[in-house]
Formats: sequence, C-alpha cells, structure tokens
Amino acid sequence: MATTMAKALNTALADALAADDRVVVFGEDVGALGGVFRITDGLQARFGEKRCFDTPLAEAGIVGFAVGLAMSGLRPVVEMQFDAFAYPAFEQIASHVAKLRNRTRGKLSVPIVIRVPYAGGIGGVEHHCDSSEAYYAHTPGLKVVTPATVEDAYSLLREAIDDPDPVVFMEPKKLYFGSADAELPARTEPFGRAVVRRAGRDATLVAYGPAVPVALEAAEAAREEGWDLEVVDVRTIVPFDDATITASVRRTGRCVVIQEAPGFAGVGAEIAARVQERCFHALHAPVLRVAGLDIPYPAPMLEHTHLPGVDRVLDAVARLQWDDQPDARWAAA
Amino acid sequence: MTTTPQAVRRASPRARRTVTPPDPARPLLPDAEPVRLLDPTGTPLPARTDYPEPPVEALRELYRRMVLGRRFDTQATALTKQGRLAVYPSSRGQEACQVAAVLAVRDTDWMFPTYRESMALVARGIDPVEVLTLLRGDWHCGYDPTAVHTAPQCTPLATQCVHAAGLAHGEAYQGRDTVALAFIGDGATSEGDFHEGINFAAVFKAPVVYFVQNNRYAISVPLSRQTAAPSLAYKGVGYGVPSEQVDGNDPVAVLAVLTRAVAHARAGKGPFLVEAHTYRMEPHTNADDASRYRDGAEVDAWRDRDPLARLETYLRARGVLDDAAVAEVADQAEAYAADLRARMNTQPTVDPLSLFDHVYAEPTPQLVEQRELVRAELAAAHDEEGDA
Repeated sequence: MATTMAKALNTALADALAADDRVVVFGEDVGALGGVFRITDGLQARFGEKRCFDTPLAEAGIVGFAVGLAMSGLRPVVEMQFDAFAYPAFEQIASHVAKLRNRTRGKLSVPIVIRVPYAGGIGGVEHHCDSSEAYYAHTPGLKVVTPATVEDAYSLLREAIDDPDPVVFMEPKKLYFGSADAELPARTEPFGRAVVRRAGRDATLVAYGPAVPVALEAAEAAREEGWDLEVVDVRTIVPFDDATITASVRRTGRCVVIQEAPGFAGVGAEIAARVQERCFHALHAPVLRVAGLDIPYPAPMLEHTHLPGVDRVLDAVARLQWDDQPDARWAAA
Repeated sequence: MTTTPQAVRRASPRARRTVTPPDPARPLLPDAEPVRLLDPTGTPLPARTDYPEPPVEALRELYRRMVLGRRFDTQATALTKQGRLAVYPSSRGQEACQVAAVLAVRDTDWMFPTYRESMALVARGIDPVEVLTLLRGDWHCGYDPTAVHTAPQCTPLATQCVHAAGLAHGEAYQGRDTVALAFIGDGATSEGDFHEGINFAAVFKAPVVYFVQNNRYAISVPLSRQTAAPSLAYKGVGYGVPSEQVDGNDPVAVLAVLTRAVAHARAGKGPFLVEAHTYRMEPHTNADDASRYRDGAEVDAWRDRDPLARLETYLRARGVLDDAAVAEVADQAEAYAADLRARMNTQPTVDPLSLFDHVYAEPTPQLVEQRELVRAELAAAHDEEGDA
C-alpha cells in the first residue's frame, strides 16, 4: 500500500504509545497541531494530553525534562522542531543524555529518543536545513539513526523507542512526503546493520538519509555510462556497520561516500577513512567523497548548488581511475 | 528585627492585587528580609506562624549532622592536601543549608546536587567514599543514584534544574508523591537551564523545591555581576512560583522554610524557590586563591555568623544540648573522619577495560575492537614489566 515516511513515523509513534504506557511524546506544537510536519498528528486526541503534550518553547528544557522523566522510569520521545533549533539542547544532549549511563556505571540510563527533522532540499530559510548528524555521531553514548525508506522509518523508530540507550533519530525532511509501497507495521534490519539497496559490481556508493535516493538515482543513470553500481544505505550511523560496507567495497574495489552535510570532518570522512583502512588492498582507486560544500546552509534559491546531486556523484564515479590513471584534480598539486 | 508578612503586604499592595499566587495563603514575592528565627548570636527571635520552629528532636539531629558534615568537610580538604583527592570544593560555612535540605525531605524524595553538595550527600547517609569517588578520580559517580534517590553531582551549571522538573513530573505521572529538591548556586541562576527548569516545573506543576545557596561568589565573580534583582528569590515571581529568602546561616530558619517549601510541593501546588543567604568560608576549591577577590575582613565578619555555633548556643540555652551531648557528637565525628581517612588512604583499583562497559547497554562493534586493542596493550605492558 502506498504510504509516506511521515505516515510511517506517525504510525510508529502511535503503535509505541499503544504498546507501552511509559512512552510519552512531547515538544513544541506536537499536541493539537500535530507538529509542524504533522508527524504527531492525532496522537494527543487518541492518547490524551498526559501522553502527548506541548511544552514551553525551550529546547534545553525539553531534553533536560526528558532526562528527568527517563530517570523516573518513563520512555520520552521528544521532537526538536528543526535541526538548527536543537542546538540550545546540545549541552543537555552531550553532557547528560550521552553520559549518564557511563557516569553511573550503568546504574542510571536515560532511554530517550530525540527526533530531529534535518537536512535540506525543501526550500527552507536559514536555520531550517542543517545536517547536524556529525555533532551527535561524534558524541560517545548516543546512537544516531537516519532512515531513508518508509519501512525503515517505522521500524527504526520503534526500535529507537525500545532501545535501552538514547537515540538521536534524524528524519530527512525532504523524504517525509515521498510515497512508497510499504506494509505497516514493518520490521526491517536491526540497529547496526547497513543494507545493500541495489546490488552492483563496479563500485560502491555509500549513503545515508537524504543522500540515499540521490545514490540510487545516480546508480540508475550510471547504467547508461556502462557502470554497474552498488548502493549501501548506512541507516544507523552509530552503531556503525563496518562489515557490510567493507564486504561491498572488497567486492567492487571502488567506493564513493555521499552525504548532504558539509564534507569537512563529516560522517562521510569517517566512513571513507574506515573503508580505506579496511579495504586498502582491494581498492583500485582512492575512496572519494561527494558532500555538501563547506559553507553555511545557503538561501533557498542557492541550495541546489550546495546539495550533492546525481551529476556530482557521476563525476566522482568517473574519477575512480577506471583507466588506472591518477586523478587529474590532484595531479597538479 | 524581622519584617512580618503584614508589613510586606502594606509595602507592595500592587503585587498583592495583580498576582494570584498558586497558594492563596502566601504571596509569590518573598519577604523583604530573609526569614530568620535565631539572631547571629543564637538568641531566638519572636516566633512566626508562617514558619513554625521545627521540633526539638529535628534540631538536635540537625546539629549532629552539621557537626559530622563539618568534620567531613575538613577531612576532605586535608585529603586533598595529601593528594588523595584531585580537587575538593568545600561547603564550610554552608552547613545549615547542606544539612537542613536533607532533613526537609524524605528518603524517597530525590535530590539533585551540584559538586559543592558533598556534605549534603554524606548527611543523607551516602557512604563518604562513594561521595568522594568523583573527586578522588576513580570514576565520575561512586553511588547508585536509584538506590539513594540522589542524582550524580552535577558539574555543568544549572542543568540539573530541568532534570528535577522532569523527575518530579514523571513521579507524579506514575502516581507517586515524590518531591525533587534541586540545589543551585548564586552564579548558576544566570544560566538558561535554571530558568527553563523552574518554568517547566511551574507549567507542569511539578513538585520541585529549587534551593539556591547564595554564597556571594561564583568562583571570584560577586553577586552584583549575576543579577540586578533585589534578591535571587525574586526570580520565581516571573514564572508564577512562590519564593522565599532565608538567612542561610540560621539552621532553624533554613529547616523551617525548606519544610514549608517541601510541603507546598508535595501538596500539588507546584514548585517553590528558596534563596538562602550564606557564605563560602573556604576558596572555591583548593586550587583557588580567594584573597584575589575578597578581603579578610569580609570573611571574618561571616565567621561571626557561624551556623554551627549559632545552633549550639540556642540548643544549650533551651536545655536540650549539654557538654556530654556535644562531646558525644564530637566523638562520632572524629570516628567518622578516622574511618574515612583510613579508607581513603588506600590506592583505589581501577580497571582500564571497564572504560568500555557502560558507554552503551551493549558495546558497539567499534568499542569491542578498541577494548581488544587496550587489552593487548595491557598484556604487552605486563609482559615488559615481567621482563624487567
């Protein structure tokens, strides 16, 4: 049945609320309005104001409140309205959410899900399109998850709510309303598993979240150029699945990592380093990255220049030293 | 001389008319002067109906735990000088606040302490070695928070204020009448999380007591750089939270005010804010040089307002404390310190491999790899030692 990622997330929240009285959903505008993206639509009407409620407009307060609720035994799921609006909560996330289990040698855990609508491609104005995943992935103690398919959106969110550890759940905004055939409730691969979305022999495209559809489209377009590309969806940045990605690159011998966030010191840089460390003798070319530019997220009319698109991915694939010649871009240096 | 509530009412008629407090029996704004039941010499002031004096047994226990607390504090300072603790933030001079807060709550209530509340934690009965784990440096928190209903000592300023609101709301959500008491210092009231915490607690009517120990300095920065408000207790009114200020070196008054604040919270009337005016007699920590920002005369003046001497004088005058009882408590304190000294004068064992145990409920594959790496390093180092 055709359904959207937004509907899958909404269904996952409803099913989690129905399955476990300890689950509470809160944030800004998540009650009567149903969230600015309608992900919590109808939850307050169905489960009551005690289970799904609006809070004061204060992100550090929302996450800190969730810490206290989790300490009392509840399972808070909070919504940060937009990626960049989560920054006021960063101290609570980095200093407490991520560290309480370790600080107390496992005596105290805070199984919180922090939902973050993230990334661009929707014509959003400033502060509404940041790709903030690297901040969280760089913080030990957090799990960082980002679905790219409708079924994963449902399954990963249910798993996040059941997980004993805090999860930053990054929702690619531009994929919210794309429709796909999916049966809900769906259960897909668990945390820590990357998935081969498209099998191919010549090179591996590694992507996550909003970059996965770009990778799949690029792989389709590459057929015309005679390249048979494999696409791996990372799904859970933390915990990271080295095994699936390593196995794919060892098969293909070439790898391009794609992310929407600025490339410098990003998650893609970490993936490229890990692939290079593990696959050096299987590689026929350096691991390349296709990423957003190292600029603050641009104004809507300029975002297409920033976002990694199919052409940029194909350009990178073309530079994978098919004729065993050094990359011309670096030759002069 | 104290100011009666009637006098405040006359002084601020507008506030009384325009604000409907959660508890009609008391205004949102604190008394103009800090509540005081003993003068600095320990002489009782006229009784107040709004803050009745706690029972004498509670006051004797307050005295006993304050003596133990002070002895613990001097022992911890000594252990720091001997290199047994990495650092120690003393609360000497704040004994009335540290101990009265513990006596004002039940064992099932939750406390949210900062790094300066070591004395409160031992007054609560937590093993002092577990309390000092953070400062000794063998782990970040030595006690089990869920067993003693006490959050880990919080180092990031004011962040615990929001946790207290959430905990209190979560407990009420699950039908329990738990109260949360959040400690905070004067400097941290400038942090956003203090305001977000008290606002969340107020909006959700969460049973929280916010207890500000205003000891005049945030490390070196004086109160005048934190606020232009007449009192930190005024910060409650903007959130619809009733507030009070109290002489923090008057143990009887601190216990009386906190007892009422806790009762207010437990009765479902929402949070309550208390500012206690006190003074940190020691530097911020042993690494601090307080002479750079405050002069000796100021410290001496506060020495004359010593909370322990004040309570002892009062209890002796009431005939409920004599030389024998004082000596017995002193002996208990010495025995407590001797036990602590002996247990802290051993080198704690640490296990490098335990670094990976609690990052997540189950270690990630990457942590398993790193654990093996460290295990191999340790084994190699062990072999080298064997060869040497």
